[in-house]
Amino acid sequence: MEWIRQKLDKFKEPFAKGKKLEKYSPAINALDTFLFTPNHTTRKGAHVRDAVDLKRVMITVVIALLPVLLFSMWNVGYQYLKQIQPEVDFWDAFGHGALEILPMIVVSYAVGLGIEFAFAIFRGHEVNEGYLVTGLLIPMIMPVGLPLWMLAISVVFAVIIGKEAFGGTGMNILNPALTARAFAFFAYPTYMSGNQVWVMNASQVDGVSGETILGTLAAGQPVEYTTMDMFWGMIPGSVSETSAALCLLGALFLIFTKVGSWRIMLSAVVGASVMGLIFNALPAMGVEGNSLTNFPWYNHLLAGGLAFGIVYMATDPVSAAQTYKGKWVYGFLIGFLSVMIRVFNPAYPEGVMLAILLMNVFAPTIDHYVIQGNIKRRVKRKAAGINKQVETVV
Amino acid sequence: MSNDIRIKRGITLRLKGEADKTLVDAPRSKTYAVKPPDFHSVIPKMVVKEGAKVKVGDELFFSKYTDKIRFTSPVSGTLKEIVRGEKRRILEVVIEADASDDYREFGTLDPLNAEADAVKSRILESGSWAFLNQRPYDIPADPKDTPKAIFVSAMNTAPLSADVEFILKDRMEAFQAGLNALTRLTPGKVHVSVNGQGSGVFKGLKNVEIHNVFGPHPAANVGVQIHKIDPINMGDRVWTVKPEDVANIGDLFLSGKFTPVRTVAVCGSEAKERKYFRTRIGAPVIDLSGAVDTKNVRVISGDVLTGEQVNTGQYIGFFPNELTLIPEGNKYRAFGWLPFTYNNIPSNSRTSLSWMFPNKKFEVNTNLHGEERALVVTGEMEEVMPMDIFPMQLLKACMAADIEKMENLGIYEVAPEDFALVDYVNTSKIEAQEIIRLGLDLMITEVG
Repeated sequence: MEWIRQKLDKFKEPFAKGKKLEKYSPAINALDTFLFTPNHTTRKGAHVRDAVDLKRVMITVVIALLPVLLFSMWNVGYQYLKQIQPEVDFWDAFGHGALEILPMIVVSYAVGLGIEFAFAIFRGHEVNEGYLVTGLLIPMIMPVGLPLWMLAISVVFAVIIGKEAFGGTGMNILNPALTARAFAFFAYPTYMSGNQVWVMNASQVDGVSGETILGTLAAGQPVEYTTMDMFWGMIPGSVSETSAALCLLGALFLIFTKVGSWRIMLSAVVGASVMGLIFNALPAMGVEGNSLTNFPWYNHLLAGGLAFGIVYMATDPVSAAQTYKGKWVYGFLIGFLSVMIRVFNPAYPEGVMLAILLMNVFAPTIDHYVIQGNIKRRVKRKAAGINKQVETVV
Repeated sequence: MSNDIRIKRGITLRLKGEADKTLVDAPRSKTYAVKPPDFHSVIPKMVVKEGAKVKVGDELFFSKYTDKIRFTSPVSGTLKEIVRGEKRRILEVVIEADASDDYREFGTLDPLNAEADAVKSRILESGSWAFLNQRPYDIPADPKDTPKAIFVSAMNTAPLSADVEFILKDRMEAFQAGLNALTRLTPGKVHVSVNGQGSGVFKGLKNVEIHNVFGPHPAANVGVQIHKIDPINMGDRVWTVKPEDVANIGDLFLSGKFTPVRTVAVCGSEAKERKYFRTRIGAPVIDLSGAVDTKNVRVISGDVLTGEQVNTGQYIGFFPNELTLIPEGNKYRAFGWLPFTYNNIPSNSRTSLSWMFPNKKFEVNTNLHGEERALVVTGEMEEVMPMDIFPMQLLKACMAADIEKMENLGIYEVAPEDFALVDYVNTSKIEAQEIIRLGLDLMITEVG
């Protein structure tokens, strides 16, 4: 390591302050700090600091995503192969899926990090780590067959309009990954919904039914998958949304490392369950309902992107509510609205993306009211104090 | 009536290098210094010139805008040098000490039976007023004000900090006398907070309200205690005094002499002689630390969270009871971002496994462990903020210099030291203490 360090120091010389290539130092620093945590010492404030930094936090989220990613590589291949041949070999399926997904990841990182580096150099700040997670999330929430150029354009939109326009990492209002998905969703609807996009090459294979569960329900068709299928995730869907089991694993990891907010995750599950239960109770109240309202509430939790959205998207600390109480409200409403959108708006069979984006917009408002509570307590206390003084004077 | 304060949020950092409980009298140093920057917002106006002879308690300088506040010499000797920095700002007033002390006599006084004004003017005259600090703003107390209460935190929870009970156990009489004097400065109460798990040496204190405090750091921060006991509202003034300084004030009334005693715990993993040294305020660092390789060792006047970096040619600050020596962290760490690695660095985050060793004493260095970033992670600051205050929102209001918002969010109730743990834990390496200090300074100029 010592040898690499020396080489790096030598390589970095022309990028030092006042030297010819100083402008490009953020790019080279990003590489350097990826290899080595810098030797910076505290200059002011507390002299000792916690071992955690933003790189560590972001990598922890990436680690939490890996099981889901690996599973989805297999599942994408499996969904495809099972339509055209009776027996599916594990590695065959994994290979097919990996070949489909890896190019998406490469494109997402290349385009997104390219823009991030350019902005860092242009603005003269260090490269923020936020895109490490966003760049992996974007391909994971897209439909399987999305053309790479559409993915690239979505990434460009998300990073420039969704993030950098607001001032970069930490300043964005909407979750950048979901911004990318929403952009693709509204710009290229034929590639983002319907029944031809959820299984690899579905449109080229005759007789493939690649409909998602929620799409089937919205069309009023019977669902051919069991609750356990939805839990384990061997079903068609966006690249990585299918397995609730592995999202749960990721959730446990994020909660254990305290990187993801358990408050948001729990309250979102509660919110979705409550909405599901309300719909399920309709027949008892004399309303007939339809296949979507009668879809059991626990299946609502497992189907579609709800689990993935709650665990990896809703918990994004930048776009979520920031106060403890606010997180409870924010999470609850995400779950509640996701199921509501699913049921009431069959044009968007999956509601979680829209619910999270909507709540992203409202998160500052929720926080505002929580903080107002704190301010009111302070005002009240002051008023009480003044009254006390008056009493003693009298 | 229960006077217990139980704090839940916070962290007690366990570090290597605690000072042994042995009290030694430090040998008399050649020079001592009073450092005007220790008194935030005070602009010093010198009274004596270089080469003048001074006794203990003779005025050296006063505060330009509050001329009643006098700062007096901690030793008798000759004024050797006035060290100035940029824009001729006075940094140190150095006094070459005589072999033995010549005291200025103020005369004894029983504060409980004297006029309140006499008590006040005695404290002012002797230079003991410098021990009194004001909240809000964390600045020297203004003699024109009448505080609604006075708070003394007779405990310490900061990492490696000095044990107040140990420092004061042989000065209890002076401590009580000092508290008696403080009761004459306020129409309200004098609150003394003591460690709930302590030995109970403070149980017998009279004329004050005693609070038993339990919990992790920052339980001993006087700001936290004020918040729990009698929070500061807009327009309120309360004063705080450090426990050893209460005893110093008490000694003034008992003996009639200004006694600027400072017991300094020399601690930290790099300290050679880890003991409690009893010395004068303003002793030179090198006399307590010994020779230090300052390139690889950081010398801190104060504790690791709130102290000030000094070099061995300088002097210990006016207030701190600690001199901490820890290694500099000027080294690279390969792949430091990998979670669950480098578990020998203490961390409040679960991305490190250091939490699995709750009783381990960690050797820490001054590495920043990362780079400054935008605020991303939420909820971590709240975990170390035991007040009813939203730390991140307050910090952002300070950064934006939004005075109304700062006021609403409780800027009057905080001091930089209350944000020391926020400095420590936050993932984005934001300098919270500095931001709060600047915010308070803004409030002083805008609101006053």
